[in-house]
Amino acid sequence: MSSKSPPAPLDYLRRWPLRLWIAGVAFFLYAPLVTLIAFSFNESRRNIVWTGFTFDWYAQVFQDDALIEAFVNSLTIAAISTVISVILGALVAVAMWRFRFPGKPVFEGLLALPIVVPEICMGVAMLVFFSRILPWPSDLPWPLDLGAITIAHVSFSFPFVAVIVRARLLSFNRELEEAAKDLGASEWRAFMDVLVPHMRPALVAGALLAFTLSLDDFVITFFTSGPDTVTFPVKVYSMVRFSVTPEVNAASTLLILITVVLTAIGLRMQGKDIARAEGGA
Amino acid sequence: MAKTLISIQNITKRFGNFAAVDDVSLEIAEGEFFALLGPSGCGKTTLLRMLAGLEMPTEGQILIDGQDMSRVPPNKRPVNMVFQSYAVFPHMSVKANVGYGLRIDKVAKDEIEARVREALALVKLDGLEERKPDQLSGGQRQRVALARALVKRPRVLLLDEPLSALDAKLREAMRSELAQIQEKVGVTFVMVTHDQDEALAMATRCGVMHRGVLQQVAAPSDLYEYPNNRFVADFIGSVNLFEGTLTIDEPDHAMIESEELGGPIHLDHGVTGATGATVWAALRPEKIAMAHRDEGAAAPQETNVVPGVVRHLSYLGNETLYEVEIACGRRIKVTRSNVARYEERGFSGGEPVWLSWHPRAPAVLLS
Repeated sequence: MSSKSPPAPLDYLRRWPLRLWIAGVAFFLYAPLVTLIAFSFNESRRNIVWTGFTFDWYAQVFQDDALIEAFVNSLTIAAISTVISVILGALVAVAMWRFRFPGKPVFEGLLALPIVVPEICMGVAMLVFFSRILPWPSDLPWPLDLGAITIAHVSFSFPFVAVIVRARLLSFNRELEEAAKDLGASEWRAFMDVLVPHMRPALVAGALLAFTLSLDDFVITFFTSGPDTVTFPVKVYSMVRFSVTPEVNAASTLLILITVVLTAIGLRMQGKDIARAEGGA
Repeated sequence: MAKTLISIQNITKRFGNFAAVDDVSLEIAEGEFFALLGPSGCGKTTLLRMLAGLEMPTEGQILIDGQDMSRVPPNKRPVNMVFQSYAVFPHMSVKANVGYGLRIDKVAKDEIEARVREALALVKLDGLEERKPDQLSGGQRQRVALARALVKRPRVLLLDEPLSALDAKLREAMRSELAQIQEKVGVTFVMVTHDQDEALAMATRCGVMHRGVLQQVAAPSDLYEYPNNRFVADFIGSVNLFEGTLTIDEPDHAMIESEELGGPIHLDHGVTGATGATVWAALRPEKIAMAHRDEGAAAPQETNVVPGVVRHLSYLGNETLYEVEIACGRRIKVTRSNVARYEERGFSGGEPVWLSWHPRAPAVLLS
């Protein structure tokens, strides 16, 4: 082989133009995040000059009751809306996969609508809906007062779950379900014993997506939250309007940490599940 | 014959306008190994699925043990199935797979344990209890499926193309093993296959299906030697079919005048058909004798003999398949066993030969 032969695809990684390119991409993707995290440890009140290392801002975050309340609200809404979205999305996916019914293409199209409609429109629509059609009482005890936001979150996250689960179902061998029934299982048991285990990786992925979607949503939540029902992103926004303090940085860093950890756990579970399912198919 | 276990009465299954199974009636006795045989799309699998309850008949009745099962769901039938894809549950261990049906039936724990062990021993999978299906070979997965179905002690075991996914060597071994297992457990087996060798080798009785219609039900040797019609004759094994007119039909002899053969076919038995009717003579390649046709030499026999020329030959190891062209241009398939390792004077391409057969060799088909 001569030294002038064209490089193999992976060889390009060893050439400086591509390395530079990768470095550039990484820089623009992660530099803002790194800055955010770095300045959460900055002593100075201003996010401009580095004056020294401190954990004070984290301590302050944990003492800021309003921020903590917003944070707990966000996690609660995310948890509830994830559970509902996964169940609803999975059932919709199974229905679309298994049954033929009149208007099915229309139904499928409508299902994808919350995914494609601009968030701002969804937000305004929710605002109108909850003020005119279904006014959500504001004096309910926690966490029922989060109902409107939770409903809004379910409405934009369950289609994502449905799409993911639907794709997973395509690889299902229907003989497995028939075998379960043949061995004595009722429809319900066959569903739980065979179909649900097959869907599991998709359920985990869907749950993860629904959880993160709910956790970071600002626009739609902004339109549906009331004075007493503030979520973390909305709270951060209101804090930033006065000034960007390292406290916001610290809180955001915590949020990033939670999201990363959850995603890592989810991916790990999914990887294991898929490896097992593929091998045994 | 033993007591009838399955009675299929005028079963029809339509998908839209298409009749996948068309007015099939069939009785299967207790302890039989019955094979449903036919080309793909002939309705055999649909019939099997109706026995399992996975498909509901459009018309007709299925009785198992005298009870009408036509509308009974699959989980309430005394029937278990080995699926074509084996359908072994990928997320359960071998043991959990085999015990699944018993757990659903709420059988006591130690009994499940004992029966699973017994079933795994039957299919020779002992020691692999804790394996996951992805750690098993195709043959082992099939054994899991078999054990899982047999452990429920069904009245009938259904097998959907059980050997089609195995490689040739394993398939042959599994054939005799399946037959042995069936003998051992005494459960009635109903198998669907498109592979005639499989059906002939394993089954005690076969039903041949074509286009949703049951063509013939008979023991394997009868199916081969006494086919009912042209489809069965052609589908089971290899055959030379000659269309002709029945000209003589007496109790002790008959004659078919065949243009396709360019001469008459003499039979030493009667045919229950009307003289003048169109009939077909089915002549198996191994039932035709072939002799060298030397210049000026006489034919080996007076009747049922035609001259021809070897046009093509395929050496198959145990036998050789010759294609012999006769005067009218038609090619006739003849096989000869390679009994000797060395033949003084074999047959080669282009050689003139005599083809002859016994007056009882052709099967006469009326349709």
